[in-house]
Amino acid sequence: MKRTVKITVNGVTHTDEVEPRLLLVHYIREVLGLTGTHIGCDTTNCGTCTVLMNGKAVKSCTLLTVQADGAQFTTVEGLAKDGQLHPIQEGFWEEHGLQCGFCTPGMMLTAVDLLQRIPDPTEEQIRWGIDGNLCRCTGYQHIVNSIQYAAKKLRGETPRKVAR
Amino acid sequence: MAVSKLFGASIKRREDPRLITGQATYTDDLQLPGMLHAQIVRSPHAHARIVRVDTAAARRHPGVVAVYTGKDLEGKLNPIPTAWLVPNADLKTPPHPALAVDVVRYAGDGVAVVLAETLYAARDAAALVQVQYAQLPAVVDQEQAVRDGAPQVHADVPRNVAFTWRVAGGDADQAFAEAKRDGVVVAQRFVNQRLIPNAMETRGVVARYNSGAGELTVWYTTQNPHIARFLMSVVTGIPEQKIRVIAPEVGGGFGSKIPFYADEAVVVFCARATGHPVKWVEDRRENYVATIHGRDHITDLEIAARKDGTITALRGKTWANLGAYLSTAAPGVPTILHGLILTGCYTIPNLSYEVLGVFTNTSPVDAYRGAGRPEATYLIERMVDLVAGALKMDPVDVRRKNFIKREQFPYTTVEGLTYDSGNYEPALDKALEMVGYQKIRDFQKQGPKDNRYLGVGLSTYVEICGLGPSAVAGAVGFQGGLWESATVRLHPTGKATVFTGASPHGQGEETTFAQIVAEELGLPIDDIDVVHGDTGAIAMGWGTYGSRTTVVGGAAIVVAARRVKEKAGKIAAHMLEASEADITFDQGRFSVRGSPDRSKTIQEVTLAAYLAWSLPAGVEPSLEASAFYDPSNFTFPFGTHVAAVKVNADTGEVELRHYVAVDDCGRVINPLIVDGQVHGGLVQGIAQALWEGAVYSPEGQLLTGSMMDYAVPRAHMFPMFTTARTETPSPHNPLGVKGVGETGTIASTPAVVNAVLDALRPLGVTHLDMPLTPQRIWNAIHAKTRR
Repeated sequence: MKRTVKITVNGVTHTDEVEPRLLLVHYIREVLGLTGTHIGCDTTNCGTCTVLMNGKAVKSCTLLTVQADGAQFTTVEGLAKDGQLHPIQEGFWEEHGLQCGFCTPGMMLTAVDLLQRIPDPTEEQIRWGIDGNLCRCTGYQHIVNSIQYAAKKLRGETPRKVAR
Repeated sequence: MAVSKLFGASIKRREDPRLITGQATYTDDLQLPGMLHAQIVRSPHAHARIVRVDTAAARRHPGVVAVYTGKDLEGKLNPIPTAWLVPNADLKTPPHPALAVDVVRYAGDGVAVVLAETLYAARDAAALVQVQYAQLPAVVDQEQAVRDGAPQVHADVPRNVAFTWRVAGGDADQAFAEAKRDGVVVAQRFVNQRLIPNAMETRGVVARYNSGAGELTVWYTTQNPHIARFLMSVVTGIPEQKIRVIAPEVGGGFGSKIPFYADEAVVVFCARATGHPVKWVEDRRENYVATIHGRDHITDLEIAARKDGTITALRGKTWANLGAYLSTAAPGVPTILHGLILTGCYTIPNLSYEVLGVFTNTSPVDAYRGAGRPEATYLIERMVDLVAGALKMDPVDVRRKNFIKREQFPYTTVEGLTYDSGNYEPALDKALEMVGYQKIRDFQKQGPKDNRYLGVGLSTYVEICGLGPSAVAGAVGFQGGLWESATVRLHPTGKATVFTGASPHGQGEETTFAQIVAEELGLPIDDIDVVHGDTGAIAMGWGTYGSRTTVVGGAAIVVAARRVKEKAGKIAAHMLEASEADITFDQGRFSVRGSPDRSKTIQEVTLAAYLAWSLPAGVEPSLEASAFYDPSNFTFPFGTHVAAVKVNADTGEVELRHYVAVDDCGRVINPLIVDGQVHGGLVQGIAQALWEGAVYSPEGQLLTGSMMDYAVPRAHMFPMFTTARTETPSPHNPLGVKGVGETGTIASTPAVVNAVLDALRPLGVTHLDMPLTPQRIWNAIHAKTRR
């Protein structure tokens, strides 16, 4: 028994017939073909599939597509605007916030949500803020630096690279 | 970017733009026309006879195209081989069928495979495959497995002993006898718990077979596509030249994507049998049981020392759990990569050590970041601390006393390795200074505050890296070479493509390799692309593991680049009408010595090489060169790590306060990337010390079978790490580099455990096995205080 959903992703509205059990992450990846959103677990632990739903970070493996009916989403593909990287993307690039890149889209979207709520986070707030996202490569330190870089940039300050 | 001094610069990674914009293509991102989805049905039992497999209901399920069982595959695929036949160890290699036929040997063993038009249909139908099992007794503990009457994992492997391997030198028994008379002997049992790699991307394969051309294309989450092609050919019988293995973006490996797994052979079989492209991607729960695990040693070890702290001997035995089947590199990990570095960075003249490799009814165990070397480092670094404790000496002093001294290099160890270079004291001094070692010791003397005990722990490690010389690989039974290939190809417009047989998957060599070539040839870095991970484009190579990519792959690249430069120099001399001997090269420009105005850029020379209108005699057109670089030795990175912790005696919690890593990985191409490698390794090693560990029930059920149950560490669990370096270039590597991919994991585990046990010393706790969870620590404290 398929249901019709109307979902806006990165500013484009899609109307699709979906199985009620279709996970949002599968809708995003398989139906819309936006494969920048990844799947890293099946227990809502890793955060790799994080997207912004109506501006808030959610794990798209734990939502059914039908629950997302009418919602607005941002995925990693929608972060850069007009060829300009989002400050969080710039931060991850500048500060080596990624290695294999698999957790990165989810990590960046979680960080975007965090910085909306806390524009000037402490290191501790960043570490707890990204606690729902796992990274097995970086040891998190450069991710913290990347988010600090983005925070500065979003506040209109000139980010200074961490001394190295 | 300016061309000067790229080598050594913290430039941003060139692979990042596609990764941060969602434009990278990982295996699961591929969609091919007509592609089917595979779901593997796995055994829920650790050990059972397969009585009957009924696939009728699964076949009837809408969208299902085919279902195959182990019997269907019998005779169609060769057994899955192990590729490390360790010699002089009486190694047993029982057959490993791609899908189980009669007996399942671990919970997760593949039994059948379902192919359907959608992933959801495949998963639904997999649940409809009815397998009737007759359960058999299982064994999960390697020590129990070798006892009389233990369940037999393989009928033809008595007492489950896969191999018995020994390393010895000097006269350990004599040294122990002396130490007993006039010195100190410390004995300790160590459990190096089983770990689960947890690369964020699970394993996956997309296979397409074109029967008209007889060609197989496989997109594969592998760290070593050429080895995968080699073994794929062996197992499937498809000729090697007809197989193309592509490692697209790979989302982390940590060793778990080295092996050639049964699942991949099954998927290839399905693609051939159905005529459709087939995709198979593990879900995470499947990854926990079907992808290799790491570590899992039980060791009884003794150390002998004189009263002044001079260590004279090590003696002991390790039971290494190998799981149910021998994975690709499994026999080499607890032997060659472990036992040959047991004496670490110390001049210990006597050694006697035995390793039993043991089959159990658990997931196969193979190389996990560090692979054998973390286990060895853990043993020796813990033992040195225990000697210090027994002699009431500072662990720093025991280390200094036993270090191989700078003037002793090249130093041949009792295991027979030749450490080519080292200078251990400066790294130790630097780390102690950075952490404020004396200050911590002074604080400690004031006693605990609020029942919180301060501890500081060291690890002065050395690794075997840059795997490795092929002659040695052969001598130790590795069924492959360990050289690496490179091609540096300049194009008519003066741009370059670099091909490497290594297969980086997050380590950043698209950047560091471009830095090497930019530095050598004076090209702008943006004019250089690095291509890896495609057997259709790249000459045979051996892949990325063992901290070898930059060491061996990078060396191949610099050799190839120098060949390009040499040829370009000949052409430049011809163009400038000068003798080759009079040509100088600097920052991308060939000049005539003494007449700097007579010069040609490398781009001009490249175009001339391609146009070939006028080349010097004997010089062929085009400008490219290849190299197959085989190192003359391993590299031996070293360093000192220091952890400072506070242990809350009320709760057993450990707070990691400060962590200093001083590493010597030789010359550094990109410090930012090196720091990233160290940080990532630290987190994995620290997590082993404090949190991670696979747990099996006695019946062989993996109790830590998901991210809910297994402690993959999170960001809040760590402080900011302090990293620093000393620089002792590898004397034999053309770049002077030594490798840094595994350092953090190898060094950090004992540093943290030593720190925690240093904190617990006033409470009478001298040893605890990992992970040092609050429960374990609290129980240890209270067991002591109850007495």
